[in-house]
Amino acid sequence: MEIFQANNVVKEFVGHVALSSVSISVKEASIFGLLGPNGAGKTTLIRIINQITAPDSGELFFEGRPIKADDIYQIGYLPEERGLYKKMKVGEQALYLAQLKGMSKRDALISLKMWFEKFEIQAWWGKKVEELSKGMAQKVQFITTVIHQPKLLIFDEPFTGFDPINTNLIKNEILELKKNGTTIIFSTHNMSSVEEICDHIALLNQSKKILDGQIDQVKEKFKTNTFEVQYRGETPDLDNRLGANFRVLEHDSSTQLKQMKVQFLNGNSNNDLLKILMNQFEIVSFKEVIPSMNDVFIHVVEQNNLEIKL
Amino acid sequence: MNKSILILKREYLTRVKKKSFIITTLLMPVFMAALMILPTYLAMMDDKEERTIAVYDPTSLVLDRLESKEFTKFHYIPKQEFQELNKDFKSDKYYAVLYIPENILTTNRAEMFSDKQITFDVKNLVTNRIENIIESEKRKKVVDETGVPDLEKKLAATKTNIKVETIKLGEEGEAVKSSTEIAMAIGYVAGFLIYMFVFIYGTMVMRGVMEEKSNRIVEVIISSVKPFQLLFGKIIGIGLVGLTQIGIWVILGIAIATGLTTFVGSGSAKSVVQAQSIMSSPGMEQMAASAPAKENITIEIIQMIGNLNIPLILFALFFYFICGFILYASLQGAIGSAVDSDEDAQQMMLPVMMPLIFSIIILFAVAKNPEGSLAFWASMIPLTSPVIMVARIPFGVPAWQIVLSMVILLGTILGTIWMAGKIYRTGILMYGKKVNLKEIVKWLFYKN
Repeated sequence: MEIFQANNVVKEFVGHVALSSVSISVKEASIFGLLGPNGAGKTTLIRIINQITAPDSGELFFEGRPIKADDIYQIGYLPEERGLYKKMKVGEQALYLAQLKGMSKRDALISLKMWFEKFEIQAWWGKKVEELSKGMAQKVQFITTVIHQPKLLIFDEPFTGFDPINTNLIKNEILELKKNGTTIIFSTHNMSSVEEICDHIALLNQSKKILDGQIDQVKEKFKTNTFEVQYRGETPDLDNRLGANFRVLEHDSSTQLKQMKVQFLNGNSNNDLLKILMNQFEIVSFKEVIPSMNDVFIHVVEQNNLEIKL
Repeated sequence: MNKSILILKREYLTRVKKKSFIITTLLMPVFMAALMILPTYLAMMDDKEERTIAVYDPTSLVLDRLESKEFTKFHYIPKQEFQELNKDFKSDKYYAVLYIPENILTTNRAEMFSDKQITFDVKNLVTNRIENIIESEKRKKVVDETGVPDLEKKLAATKTNIKVETIKLGEEGEAVKSSTEIAMAIGYVAGFLIYMFVFIYGTMVMRGVMEEKSNRIVEVIISSVKPFQLLFGKIIGIGLVGLTQIGIWVILGIAIATGLTTFVGSGSAKSVVQAQSIMSSPGMEQMAASAPAKENITIEIIQMIGNLNIPLILFALFFYFICGFILYASLQGAIGSAVDSDEDAQQMMLPVMMPLIFSIIILFAVAKNPEGSLAFWASMIPLTSPVIMVARIPFGVPAWQIVLSMVILLGTILGTIWMAGKIYRTGILMYGKKVNLKEIVKWLFYKN
C-alpha cells in the first residue's frame, strides 16, 4: 500500500519552475531514494510533502486519502540545512521539539530517555548545544526527528557530519525503523548508501522526474551486457576469435591473473561467450557487470541534460 | 494555537531565565533611584561640615548682621588679625576670610580668600547675605532722603509673586485645574517609555528570527508549525518579556520610593519628590524653584495628577504599548527573516525604524503644542501614533481623535502582520541571497 503519493505536482517560483508535473508514489515500510543533482527540485518536493510550501497544482495523498494539515504529526523531517538552538540545553530542546510534533510532555520525556540511553548520550541532557561537537549535535537532531514515531520519515543527507562508526549506527537505526514499518524518504548524493539501503528510487533533473523504479530493476535496465572475465594462460588474439558480436572493452594482461571486459553487441546468450572463451584459456571468474547507481545517475542525468539542450 | 503557546513559552522562559535579563531587571531601578537620590543625599551631607568664616569689616556695615546658616558661621576679626591672616593663612580655625572694603557701596565688590577652593554653597550664602544688607542699607538711605512716611513698608508691599493657574475646561464646561508642566512631564515620559520599549524589544524579535535562521533550526520547526505561528508566538513571547520587565520595575520603583520615605524620613522624601520632578521636566524646575512653600507643591502636584484622567492615560499607555510593539516587531521580524548577516539587517532596519526615531524627535515639539497640526497628524499616522498619542493624552485629546487613531493603528497592525507573515514565510527559507526591497515586495505575492 502507498503511504504517500504525489500526482502531477507543479511548483513555480517567480522566474523559474521548481517542479513540473512530478509524480511519485512511496510504498509503506520501504526506503525511497529521492535523487537528483543540485537544484533539481528535491528540496522543493520535500517541503511540499512537509506542507512547508503548497504546490501550484497537483494532488497529494497520505495513506490513500488527500493529505491534511494534521498529517505533519505523522511525518518526521530531518532537513539538509539543520541546526539547534545553541544556547538551549539538549534535553530541554529535545523536549520542546517533541512537543511541537504533538507529543505530550510526559510521553516525550519517556521516549527521549529511552533514545538517550540507546545512543549512550544521557550525560548530554543538561549540556548546552554549543558545547557539543557537530556529530553529537547531529545525533540529538536524529533523535528529535524520529521521537514522535512518525509513519513517514524524510531524511535529507542524514549522514553528513558523522564519522564512519556513527554513520553505521544511524544506518542501522534507519533499517531498524523500516523493519518496524516506518516508511522513509531518503535524499542524498551518496550513491553507495542509496544502493545499500534503498528499495525504490526516483531521479529528478531540472524540475522533472526522469527515472523511477525499484532499485534492482533500474540497474537491470541500464546494464550494458558487459562481462568481466578473469583468466590464466596465454593471451590469444581475441579480436579475431570472438567475432563481430563481441567487443573487448578493456584488457589487462600485465598481471598474472589476467582480466578483461567483454561486451555483447547483439542478443547472444551468455553461454555463447563462455563457450568461445573456454577454448582459449582457463577461466577463473565470469561475472556480469551491473552498473552502480553512481553510473546510472551520471549516465541518465548527462543524457537528459543533452536532450534538454537539443 | 496550542503550538503558538508552546513557542511563546519557550521564547518567554529562555529570555526571562537569562542572567543578563535578571541582572538588568533588578539593578535598573536601584541604579535609577541612586541616580535621583544620590545628588540630594550628597548635598545634604555636605552641609554638615562646620565652617567658620572670619569677617573683617572696616565699614561696620555688615558687622553683627551676617546671620549664620546651619553649619556656616561668621566670626568678626579686628584689623590686626586680618593682616596676619592676609600674610599667612592658617586654615585650622577659619574656613575663609571675608573682607568688606570701604568703598563697597559704590563698587559692589567684596573679597573672600582661603587656601581651599571655596564651595559654591558658601559663596552663594555669603553673596546673598551681603547683597541683602547692602540693598537694605541703600534703600534706607533713599527712604531717608525722600522723607515719604512708611515708604519702606509701602515698597515692600509692592513685591509680588504671580502664579498663573492653568485651567482646562472639561466636556461639560466645568473647570478642571490642570498643570501644563505635569501633563508635559507625563506625556514625555510615557512617549519615551514606549519608544524605548518598542525599540529594544522590537530589535529583540529581529535578533530572535535571525538566530533561528542562521542556526538552521527554522526548517525543523516549520515542519511542525506554520511559519506564522512561529512568528506570532515569538512576538507575543518577547512582548511579555518586556511587560514583565516593566512590571518588575514599577513594583520595585514603588517599593524603593516607599522604603525611602519611611527610612530617611519625610524631609528627604520631599527632596526626592522635588528631585524627581526636576528630572522629568525642565518646566517643573522653575516651578519648584520659584515657589516658596515646598510642602504645598507636593500636595498640589498630587492634586493635579488626581485631576488627570488616570484610567485613560493608563489604558492608552497599555494599548499603544502593545500595538506599537506588535507593529514594529512584526516589521522587524520580517526583516530578520529576509537577511543573512548583521550588516544587511542594519541596512534594512534603518528605513523601518525611521518613523519611530522621527516620533521621538518631534516628541518635544508635540508636548509644547499638543493641539497643533503636527501633533494631530503624527498621532494619526500609525507608525508615529504610539509615541505621539500617549504624549498628547495627558493634555486631553478629543475622544474622536483617540478612537480614530486607535482604529487606524489596529487596521495597520492587521495589514502589517499579514505582510510580515508573507515575507517571513519566504525569507526564512532563503539563504545566500542578498535581498533588496524590490525582492521583498515580490514575496508578498507568492502563493504559499
